[in-house]
Amino acid sequence: MSPGALLSARDLRVGFATEGGQLQAVDGVSFDLAAGEVLAIVGESGSGKSVTAQTILGLTRSPNARIEGSVQLGGVELLDASDSALRQVRGERIGMVFQDPMTSFNPVYRLGSQIVEAIRAHRGDVSKAEGRARAVELLDSVGIPDAERRVDDYPHEFSGGMRQRAMIAMALALEPEVLIADEPTTALDVTIQAQVLRLLERLNRERGVATILITHDLGVVAEVADRVMVMYAGRVVEEGTLDEIFYDPQHPYTWGLLGSLTRLDRPRPKRLPQISGAPPSLLSLPPGCSFRARCPHEFAKCAEMPPLEARLPDAPSHCDRCWLSPERKRELRQVEGQIGLGAPAR
Amino acid sequence: MARFIVRRLAGMVLVLFAVSVLTFAIFNLIPNSPPAQRLAGKNATPTLVKSIEKDWGFDEPLPVQYFETMKKIFTGELISYGDELNVEERIVEGIPTSFSLCIGAAVIWLSFGILFGFLSATRVGGWLDRALTIGSVGGISIPVFLIATLFLYFLTYKIELFPASGYVPLLEDPIQWAYHLVLPWFTLAILNIGFYSRVLRSNMLDVMREDYVRTARAKGLDERRIMVRHVLRNSLIPIITLFGLDFGATLFGGAIITEVIFSLGGVGQYAAESITNLDLPPLMAITIFGAFFVVLFNALTDVVYAYLDPRIRLGSSAQ
Repeated sequence: MSPGALLSARDLRVGFATEGGQLQAVDGVSFDLAAGEVLAIVGESGSGKSVTAQTILGLTRSPNARIEGSVQLGGVELLDASDSALRQVRGERIGMVFQDPMTSFNPVYRLGSQIVEAIRAHRGDVSKAEGRARAVELLDSVGIPDAERRVDDYPHEFSGGMRQRAMIAMALALEPEVLIADEPTTALDVTIQAQVLRLLERLNRERGVATILITHDLGVVAEVADRVMVMYAGRVVEEGTLDEIFYDPQHPYTWGLLGSLTRLDRPRPKRLPQISGAPPSLLSLPPGCSFRARCPHEFAKCAEMPPLEARLPDAPSHCDRCWLSPERKRELRQVEGQIGLGAPAR
Repeated sequence: MARFIVRRLAGMVLVLFAVSVLTFAIFNLIPNSPPAQRLAGKNATPTLVKSIEKDWGFDEPLPVQYFETMKKIFTGELISYGDELNVEERIVEGIPTSFSLCIGAAVIWLSFGILFGFLSATRVGGWLDRALTIGSVGGISIPVFLIATLFLYFLTYKIELFPASGYVPLLEDPIQWAYHLVLPWFTLAILNIGFYSRVLRSNMLDVMREDYVRTARAKGLDERRIMVRHVLRNSLIPIITLFGLDFGATLFGGAIITEVIFSLGGVGQYAAESITNLDLPPLMAITIFGAFFVVLFNALTDVVYAYLDPRIRLGSSAQ
């Protein structure tokens, strides 16, 4: 683990025994999250980003799951932590926000009482009245109007965006060092998405809470992330700073993701480009690079073995897993239509 | 709330009407010797039969007979064909017995059903879950009369642990009351213990997959609290609906066999006697009485349901 990293994963592997066979959801993922940093994990459905996030908190533990590698928070291993040790971390040191705010609150309890429950799970000495006052404060801080009254509402009385803000408030109730937001905007309307992103950004800035933001939406990434990790079929295919990923992408899959964004600064294409095909089944990954079936630039070496991690000499924070040489990639990007080219707008 | 009550009352009247008409119709359609003939006895003269027909109103058209019967039910003047005694008095006499039996059995089946279901669901796949699964499937499969017979054979005949029959009023001697009812209670409850524990187990396994349970876990709650406050609490909502239906149905149907076997002398036993004797008036009265309680418990269930699930609001129009 690199010095200064608050949370770090090394060669994390998560497999599930299913009826169809062993499903390798996460296959050798490593990353570091520094204090106060926002790391975005990007990928399609089934790329293993949610499983990675949930495994950090031990939420994927089950008799059917095989979890290997290492996840350390402040130097303490989490993967083999006891249930009670893990419980100390959940909510207290790492807060988590889930995708669907409609179903992530228990419908039969008042929102405030669910926040109080989160507080009192770790601070037994906090009275219910104190907890409630804190819940009002938290709801107010995430922009719920009239929080004093709304704290006693049931989840169904909140709109989707309000619920997601309440969820963020609950995750931050104990001022954790790390916030994991698993597709926090996916279930929301676009206008509400922006509000929630702004909130996450503000909380990161004001409280310095390190954030892992999981999303499939590069637009979301561009708004808030410091660093980006692109996942495909359980593996990290590219990782770098926001600028490196957006202005100097190295992996053809990242090109595909960027190419399928609508851009206001380019002429409008007749048809929005897409990455053809579908992700491979995680039950039986083909040998070699897992993206090669969909990659327009596949060549003989791709089928031989999975690409190794390659770092660019002039950008040590930027790495990718592709057999194409950096020179060849540059050529291809020129031909492909200017993906990611152009100077960072700073 | 007011609208809810009015709607429910209107529904209740409709149900009672339909049930009483059906019972009356079925009774008059099944092959049967004329009731006047039976009342008069085997060797009665035609004149006697005629006069009984006139006295009891059997010569009137069926709709008139129906209305006469219904009128008598609500004025408490209904007389049975069999022993020519007042029907309502017998029913009122039997009510404490039937309620004692059913409420006790319900408490037992709810407690054990919830306990076993909870244990099964929280230890899914373990040996206790397997044992409880086998036990509950057994409980569902064994017919009530067989359970009763087994109880009687082993617990009253082989070892004389419990009395074989009879009912002691609660106010007379509470200990004897419970002592006499233990076997009937369990006889009646075993089927539902099995059934409720299976239903609760599967509800809980469904709820465990809900997002809000994952949220609860991510908050750092301990497993027991997650299971009780989040999983069990939400899994009980459908159980309440089931209970509302079952309790009413047991009170005036399911309990009949148990009442007869243990000679408790409640409403159920009265119903059994009346069916054997093809005695219409008690059947009509008991049916209406039973339907009334089924509908009443359903309404109560809805009230409890709304309390348990805040998303449901009584009387408000559905969105």
